[in-house]
Amino acid sequence: MINQVDLMNVVDKYRGDAIVVPTMTGTSGWAQVTKKPERDLPVAGAMGKASSVALGLALAQPDTKVIVFDADGSLLMNLGSLVTIAEKEPANFYHFVLNNGVYAVTGGQPIPSVDTISFSGIAEAAGYAASFEFEDLEDFATRAEEVFNTTGPVFICVKSVPEIQNEPMARRQRPAGVRGTKECITDLRESLGTS
Amino acid sequence: MAQQTEALLSPEAVLAEFKKNGVTHVVWIPDSETNWLYLLMDADPSIDLVPVSREGETFAIAAGLIIGGKKPIILIQNTGMMESGDSIRGIALDLGLPMVMMVGYRGWTRHGPTPDSAARFTEPILRAWGINYYLVEHDSDADRISLAFAEAEKNSSAVCVLVGDEYHGFNR
Repeated sequence: MINQVDLMNVVDKYRGDAIVVPTMTGTSGWAQVTKKPERDLPVAGAMGKASSVALGLALAQPDTKVIVFDADGSLLMNLGSLVTIAEKEPANFYHFVLNNGVYAVTGGQPIPSVDTISFSGIAEAAGYAASFEFEDLEDFATRAEEVFNTTGPVFICVKSVPEIQNEPMARRQRPAGVRGTKECITDLRESLGTS
Repeated sequence: MAQQTEALLSPEAVLAEFKKNGVTHVVWIPDSETNWLYLLMDADPSIDLVPVSREGETFAIAAGLIIGGKKPIILIQNTGMMESGDSIRGIALDLGLPMVMMVGYRGWTRHGPTPDSAARFTEPILRAWGINYYLVEHDSDADRISLAFAEAEKNSSAVCVLVGDEYHGFNR
């Protein structure tokens, strides 16, 4: 099992100018790591649509890598997107899924078929160009360069430590460093020259 | 006969509007009305088709395209628009992006009686979301598509074009 911040610190070494699209608990993790917040676009809610927003970015900016930090429960809500992404063959698309086995932001209830599902197997069968699975940080750190040198769409399933939130929504506060999506859109468009 | 032809919405008129407005990507899922339009778009090198697995994806993909500097249009049916509820809320409305969605008006009877609940709920749902909409039934309405693009851009908002031409012209 890999701590998400440890994973993201490794990813950051290979980021370059990539656009990063985190969602759910990955948003607060990435906020602790990023050194280029103007190239970040956190996507909250909308039933697992971070990977779809990222696909649009990847198609619009084919010379820029787009890295998604998706969640397993989120991907299940938008599972058909794997086929949509595979169809468009975005060579610059790197789709991480933090596979912690639970709906972390609603208290840690297990996702369906938690003991049997293979997200990397589903991505491979959907037509991703490559699919990886990691549960050991050292293993990922050793192969991270290979991952980012692979032509996309690349799927990376990471067995990760759940970071469970159990506070009612009305009492939750935005974690330190996490910016609103609209503010991030403004900064990203300026950074891309698409304002 | 000539009069009947004039009353139709031709896929050529729709595609011409897309091109006039600089559409780069059509993010879409097929419905029973759009096959002839699909064939035209597919043959046009200036249009990049993005077929999706389910309609809720279209708003998110379009958002990414817009932020990345492209000009998409969403092409779905009213049933798919209803399926897309939380994407419309969380993306099309909350993010304030200039997003045009073209929605096939299944069950449209020009406000006559209709047995189709998809038609009965379409306009009330759009009004509930506060999304302005224009109805396009035949070629003489086609420039309302340009109106929708202009309004979306001016207000940084979602605007809907309802296609009320289910069983003839648009589908030949």
